[in-house]
Amino acid sequence: MTTTTPAAPPQVIPLAKAASKPKRKLTPYWLLLPGIAWLVVFFAVPMVYQASTSLQTGSLEAGFKVTWHVSTYWDALVEYKWHFVRSFSYAAIATVLCLVIGYPLAYTIAFKASKRWRNVILILVIAPFFTSFLIRTLAWKTILSDGGPVVGALNTLHVLDVTNALGLTSGDRVLATPLAVVCGLTYNFLPFMILPLYTSLERIDPRLHEAAGDLYARPFTTFRKVTFPISLPGVVAGTLLTFIPASGDYINAQLLGSPSEQMVGNGIQKQFLNVLDYPTAAALSFILMALILVMVTVYMRKAGTEELV
Amino acid sequence: MAFNELTDGLPEPVRRAWERSLTSGRAAIGRRTLLRAAALTAGAGTLAACGIPAARTANGDSTANAAKDLSDSEKEVNFSNWPLYVDTDEKDKQKHGTLDAFTAATGIKVRYNEDVNDNVEFFGKIKPQLAAGQDTGRDLMVLTDWMAARLIRLGWVQKLNLANVTTAITNVEPRFRAPDWDPGRLYSYPWAGIQVVVAYNKKATKGKEVTSVSQLLDDPDLKGRVTFLSEMRDSIGMVLLDMGKDPAKFTADDYEAAVARLQKGVDSKQIRRFTGNDYGQELSSGDIAACVAWGGDLIQLRVDNPDIEFVVPEKGYIASTDNLLVPAKAQHKTNAEKLIDFYYQPKIAAQLVAGIGYVSAVTGMKDELATLAPDSAANPLVVPTPEMATKAHVFRTLTESEESDFEQKFSKLIGA
Repeated sequence: MTTTTPAAPPQVIPLAKAASKPKRKLTPYWLLLPGIAWLVVFFAVPMVYQASTSLQTGSLEAGFKVTWHVSTYWDALVEYKWHFVRSFSYAAIATVLCLVIGYPLAYTIAFKASKRWRNVILILVIAPFFTSFLIRTLAWKTILSDGGPVVGALNTLHVLDVTNALGLTSGDRVLATPLAVVCGLTYNFLPFMILPLYTSLERIDPRLHEAAGDLYARPFTTFRKVTFPISLPGVVAGTLLTFIPASGDYINAQLLGSPSEQMVGNGIQKQFLNVLDYPTAAALSFILMALILVMVTVYMRKAGTEELV
Repeated sequence: MAFNELTDGLPEPVRRAWERSLTSGRAAIGRRTLLRAAALTAGAGTLAACGIPAARTANGDSTANAAKDLSDSEKEVNFSNWPLYVDTDEKDKQKHGTLDAFTAATGIKVRYNEDVNDNVEFFGKIKPQLAAGQDTGRDLMVLTDWMAARLIRLGWVQKLNLANVTTAITNVEPRFRAPDWDPGRLYSYPWAGIQVVVAYNKKATKGKEVTSVSQLLDDPDLKGRVTFLSEMRDSIGMVLLDMGKDPAKFTADDYEAAVARLQKGVDSKQIRRFTGNDYGQELSSGDIAACVAWGGDLIQLRVDNPDIEFVVPEKGYIASTDNLLVPAKAQHKTNAEKLIDFYYQPKIAAQLVAGIGYVSAVTGMKDELATLAPDSAANPLVVPTPEMATKAHVFRTLTESEESDFEQKFSKLIGA
């Protein structure tokens, strides 16, 4: 990465003030200092520490030493391959669902709702965040309860037959199936999708719609050719903000899933806390990070947006 | 290191060849290569410098992990406990009868924190300080047997000054006196006892009784509506008992057999989940028909939902304790010991038990409880009947290598 420091053109600066030039040159760095310090302390240093941990072998009592035991990575990947597959597929489904649910809502808030309602709806979108993540997830146990109205309705409408065929549920229940985990993920990360979508939609000048209409575009064509392309940065930002934390999540799988729905986050947690195999936990985290990075890079290339929101 | 030193002792033609290739050949070291190499070496050096030192500190040496005791000058004790694990005033949640009584009797202020949510999580939280030989800011904490055993093994808790806990020494019930990890109770005293039993929702089972772990694992009527606990020792212990093995002396083969037995239930979808204490909600709603449950939870659940029943399996149940421990470098050790001792008065113990509904380890508590809260005293989940007590079994302490091996297998079983 190259950084260009905005250097003031020399001819503008009178000779008398030239002495203060180096000082002014440093200003951007001073402004960056808190951010950089934060990154170093909370990102760079932990990353180095984690990288080191992943290459260690040993035990709690004997201590861990860096032995450059690289095969921990391979072993972890082999052991947890299905966890990775599940993490990414659940996160992908949840992201798509978030987009499908979130886009119309963000569109409505941005274009259809009156100013007064706009704020009310936005507050409603954020309101669940005032409760803890854990409580919100636990609430889904009540909502999706086996004998509850939701599952009853899904059964009557034969929706569960479809999801059974897709392998998302088994039998006539939703809890402790992949569907429940996906529902939990979708719900918990929905605001992360709606808010960036809203900000990018809200910036669109409504006159563009009028102009499109003047050029004989039907509403759907307007959406397809004007609105959606302009909102793409919001879509990209929203999908990233949903997909990345969702693939690392473990609470939803733990509370709403059965042993066959556990995600890689659950593996990391168990390896770190219960098995006390810190190297494997660190390696798993790195693999997860690397895979997400690869997917995000590919996605950004495909989506072709340089600017996020 | 100079090149000459590197090639010292090599035959002349070989040395020449080396020199050639390093100075003008492909391996010639340019400025960039050198910088890159330096960066890599520095990076590798940093990584290698981050090893985690052996956790065990001066085990058995009772003075090494002690700090200067400020108990006389600072009349306070920092107490970390699990949520809802002390008697609490119904109106004012900040009021805890027994703790207030302690302060009134001794003048020692208790800073009470409900920050222990999970044994392993709490271990993760205090580990950095304890491993570095620093004070955790806590003088007293409550952890389950096996975690207490690990901390003692690591030398991270302090030996108690027995002169300060004479009431506890006299009043601790004989069956709690000599766990294999702290024979003679030199480091720890039980705060409360936990009983692992089988529970079921009789509405969800349509009136059918669930009486054994075998039934949980095999009864087709319960399919997909059975949960076990994610606490390894409780689930495996119950299965071991069901298989006729003694959890106090099982072998690695027995352990694997128990895991295999549970694995069969997972594979056949008989077992729905492995839970922490979040099973209560589902047991109450009937999503879980039957499960392995903690006695203390059941008392509360049964008040809210009378359909919930519990059974002590014929083949026995797992009993464990949560223990009061003084962490290394604690600054108010004497105050902490005074608090331990205070809770071993039968009257205080009864007050605590009436408030939390867990088993007490204090002799003579039962009579006090009978006058204080007759209902609790008659409840076998609080005061086990002598017949029930004979079926209580403890899970033996594991060695470090067993612990990581068994946890690994159990993690695999529960899917994580």
